[in-house]
Amino acid sequence: MTPHSAAAAFPPVDQHYLLQARQMQALSFSVHIPLVAFGLSFPVMVLLVEWLGHRRGDQLYLTIAQRWSKVMITLFAVGVITGTVLSFEMGLLWPNFTGTFGSVFGLGFTLEGFSFFLEAIFMGIYVYGWRRLSPRAHMLSAIPIVITGITGSLLVIAVNAWMNHPVGFSLRNGKVVHVHPLRALLGNSFLWNELIHMYVAAYIVSGFIVAGWYAFCRLRGRWTRYERTALTIPLTIAALAAPVQILVGDWAARDVAKTQPVKLAAIEGLYKTTRGASEHLLGWYSDNKMKGAIVIPHLLSILTDHSWNGTVQGLDSVPASQRPPVNVVHWSFQIMAGIGTLLAFVGLIYLAVWIRRKRLPNSPWFYYLLVASGPLAVVALIAGWVVTEVGRQPWVVYRVMPTAAAVTGAHGIPVGYGVLAFAYVLVASGLAWVLRRLARRPLDVSLEPPSQLQAA
Amino acid sequence: MFLQSLPLVFILAGVALYTVLGGADLGAGFWQLAAARNRDGQSVREFAHRAMGPVWEANHVWLIFVLTVFWTSYPKAFGSIMSTLAIPLFIALLGIIFRGAAYALREGAATPRESGKIDTLFALSSILVPFALGAAIGAVATNRVPVGNAAGHMWSSWLNTTSILIGVLAVATSAFLAAVFLAADAAHDGDKTLERDFRLRALGSGVIAGAIAIAGIFVLNGNDHALFHSLESGRALSAVIVSGLAGLATLLLVYRRRYHMARYSAALAVAAIVAGWALARWPTILPGLSVDQAAADHDTLVCVVVAVLAGAVILFPSLALLFRLTVTGRFRDAERGDPRAATVARAKVNVGLLARIAFACLIAGFGLLNIADATWAHAIGVTCLFGFVGAAFRAIVAPALDRQAAT
Repeated sequence: MTPHSAAAAFPPVDQHYLLQARQMQALSFSVHIPLVAFGLSFPVMVLLVEWLGHRRGDQLYLTIAQRWSKVMITLFAVGVITGTVLSFEMGLLWPNFTGTFGSVFGLGFTLEGFSFFLEAIFMGIYVYGWRRLSPRAHMLSAIPIVITGITGSLLVIAVNAWMNHPVGFSLRNGKVVHVHPLRALLGNSFLWNELIHMYVAAYIVSGFIVAGWYAFCRLRGRWTRYERTALTIPLTIAALAAPVQILVGDWAARDVAKTQPVKLAAIEGLYKTTRGASEHLLGWYSDNKMKGAIVIPHLLSILTDHSWNGTVQGLDSVPASQRPPVNVVHWSFQIMAGIGTLLAFVGLIYLAVWIRRKRLPNSPWFYYLLVASGPLAVVALIAGWVVTEVGRQPWVVYRVMPTAAAVTGAHGIPVGYGVLAFAYVLVASGLAWVLRRLARRPLDVSLEPPSQLQAA
Repeated sequence: MFLQSLPLVFILAGVALYTVLGGADLGAGFWQLAAARNRDGQSVREFAHRAMGPVWEANHVWLIFVLTVFWTSYPKAFGSIMSTLAIPLFIALLGIIFRGAAYALREGAATPRESGKIDTLFALSSILVPFALGAAIGAVATNRVPVGNAAGHMWSSWLNTTSILIGVLAVATSAFLAAVFLAADAAHDGDKTLERDFRLRALGSGVIAGAIAIAGIFVLNGNDHALFHSLESGRALSAVIVSGLAGLATLLLVYRRRYHMARYSAALAVAAIVAGWALARWPTILPGLSVDQAAADHDTLVCVVVAVLAGAVILFPSLALLFRLTVTGRFRDAERGDPRAATVARAKVNVGLLARIAFACLIAGFGLLNIADATWAHAIGVTCLFGFVGAAFRAIVAPALDRQAAT
């Protein structure tokens, strides 16, 4: 593969609204990604609670699992439509990207389509089958949902990893030849850290959002065994996943340093290629310098290269036209890492209180923090994707096809953008209404634990 | 040549399945919109929703299947179609958003009045989607989409007599399919009133769809003589005749209350017209672009074919299971009884041991993922970290839940 050579199915067009097309795509991703996070992790939690219910012989758990499964399918239904939007936009906004490289990366989506199809089928069976399938058959019907959640995200992230690290094809006279779609998608070193990072993030997002809801209930004075149980399970998962994510993130950053040094330079606002580079926290990048940042000498070299004086490539290694917008990338990274650290801290408080006192924290402050953690986790998730995607700019296929060459020649992008944004506002308010309704449905389960437990 | 056209066969099969299954769903929305604002109308809307609810997502994934196989196998044709037909496809997309949202919102509706309102609010989209997609197909069929990035006309490509006619035909066909399917469901449930209602709707909409199709032949002859000519000559003609006969057979079967057979003959009518359309165009996809020229590289096509066949082996049994559970009505009349917890003897959780395992996994994971540099070390490191979360979760959650049950 030769970088910097132009490849395109169609000649370039003059699209006045490229930025709006990118924003429309970003909006569609930002709406979809939190739903993906739920789709990945929430079925596991629902199944876990159902399994605990059968194992402990406790009706309350089944009630929780059943009520959660209603939320699960509602979020899935919304995820279906936001996902459909994304697959339409592949052609509606970026016909030259799909038209040129569809044969290279498209297989990922074809396979993902099947994975998604199976997920939809078993989602229907699981959620509508509570009262009609035996407990064993019912729990078994959730297994394909868990597996297809993983395979689906693996395949989509494989496409994203390919965009960031394109392999598996050659260019000859601007034509894509020698296509090896499996090597392009699965033989890609970039895939694994992106996938694991996203997978762990999914548990953090849904764990903190669900736990945050019951923390909110507690602050409003509703604190029965139902809420305590429904808070403990997701909170334990999120509290363990959040510190692990810091380790996974460190791994991902080292891979970015290796394969996309310019992205790392943008994350850090590092203009000059430097030996023994310093880490910059906060600050603002202007005139090729980080201003007002907290500087920790040598830390960047230690983190990316594991050496005191390791060389870190700077933005000056590529022409100005090939650099991403530094402050967007830098600040998205600060937000993601900052929130990630805060969430790990929240998790550690919970774990420490449990280990020392064998109970949940009592302070209302902890519960206020927990309520805030859910939305913050979503912000961190989106910020993380901004780092990956804006950090890839100005390329849609890294160092092969500029985003500007991929865009549609069709008119009316701002109209589509506005209409879609409006439709999403409607869908989001509808979703909020449904979730409130589902939460307010009366509980018809005894809050008493089963008798053999009371004796214990 | 064979390999190059195989994905096209999959795509057309997907289009036919989406027209039948997705069309039935959208048509159900059409009847929800058309239902009277009284208690009878409410029961129609409620029934249509219950019949479609469990299969809605599965039905709509056919569209995703068509899109992804298309852009993988014939990227250049896909880019040309999507860019020139951005407007009707965006309108269809909006319709799908609102139709899907209606299903999600329905979960929260407490009273029939509320769900009726939600249905009405979103049922408009059930007309938009088939119309816009039908008009887009019309644009391709009449050679109004050239190769290139938005190279065709943004409006006149799909807003012309023929395309509009195909759009209207798509709406009528959806309504017809839905009425046949819902009459079959009602007959299965033994609901005489609903069965009678939907039987009448099926007969009425079937006659209208047929009339539009026949009118279409005259319109085509006048406006798009090339398409007319390719449809009435040779290979395509037989498919068109099969479609017409299957449509007539469906009407007859519905009239005689043989709904189960009617489902299949209706599906055949749709599949035959899709096949006829493809045969009429063969071997070109777009003007000046043959199937062979548009097809992706050899390796990609092999992968797509293997993926689709392997996927089908897993998919169809699963789909059959879902349909068996829904069509036999097991999901529709299942709103009674609670899931019961089976009491099983519990194994004691050894908290101390789990905690030590968790700690060891954490240290090993950190060392292998964050200190070591080899790829294999990273793989084991990630596994160790998942082991840490699993072991620590069990060590914490079992005693925590016991404690909550006890206090």
